[in-house]
Amino acid sequence: MLTLNYFASIREATGRSQDELKIPDSVANVRQLVDFLVSQDPSALSLLADESRVLVAVNQTIVDRNHPLAGSEEVAFFPPMTGG
Amino acid sequence: MSKSFISVQQQDFDIKYESDQLRRDASNIGAMVTFTGLVREIQQQEHSPQQRQELFLEHYPGMTGKALQDIAVEAGRRWAIPCCRIIHRVGALQPGDQIVFVGTASTHRRDAFEAAEFIMDYLKTKAPFWKRQTDASGSEWVEHRDSDDMAAQRWIK
Repeated sequence: MLTLNYFASIREATGRSQDELKIPDSVANVRQLVDFLVSQDPSALSLLADESRVLVAVNQTIVDRNHPLAGSEEVAFFPPMTGG
Repeated sequence: MSKSFISVQQQDFDIKYESDQLRRDASNIGAMVTFTGLVREIQQQEHSPQQRQELFLEHYPGMTGKALQDIAVEAGRRWAIPCCRIIHRVGALQPGDQIVFVGTASTHRRDAFEAAEFIMDYLKTKAPFWKRQTDASGSEWVEHRDSDDMAAQRWIK
């Protein structure tokens, strides 16, 4: 199972904080995961496709959309950071 | 290999205590640089001092400590800093509150100065913290600033 986490404005805009998901075999990287999620719930999740506004971490490390997925990772979606 | 102390915490910190700890952790140093970030007041035209303002710091608990540790390791690789200390607060804060502390120690001042600046620039763009500000007119997420990206980019090499 894949664990999905949503933070800050992305959590509020999608109305989700954490989900577990079994991904189909056709999903092998982050971009394909996002496409799959958007197809499941376009109205809530389309915004995840915007790479300039949504960052992705896999197993707590920021990655690009080509990062491969095996299906058991922790994936997080969040906006650019504003700490400090 | 430099020694680092990282803390993500709700409670306030004491600058004197943290700087004493930094000094205790380092031996034979000639310079210490400490930086403290404070919560600014929200800039508003009709702002009145009585108006209650709050800044809420959300973070990604599984990733925050690791991201800060990575930044500390990278600082230790680039500069001769035997120790550094990073504290970041989360949760509800008010204007004037201390929010972040960075301390670096080195034999000569330039390493400590540059490493502290590097840590702050990277922390602002690479550690998963998000600010939400609330006042009488409502509540909104603080927008990421391009100037922070540019500050971090100058260290890329």
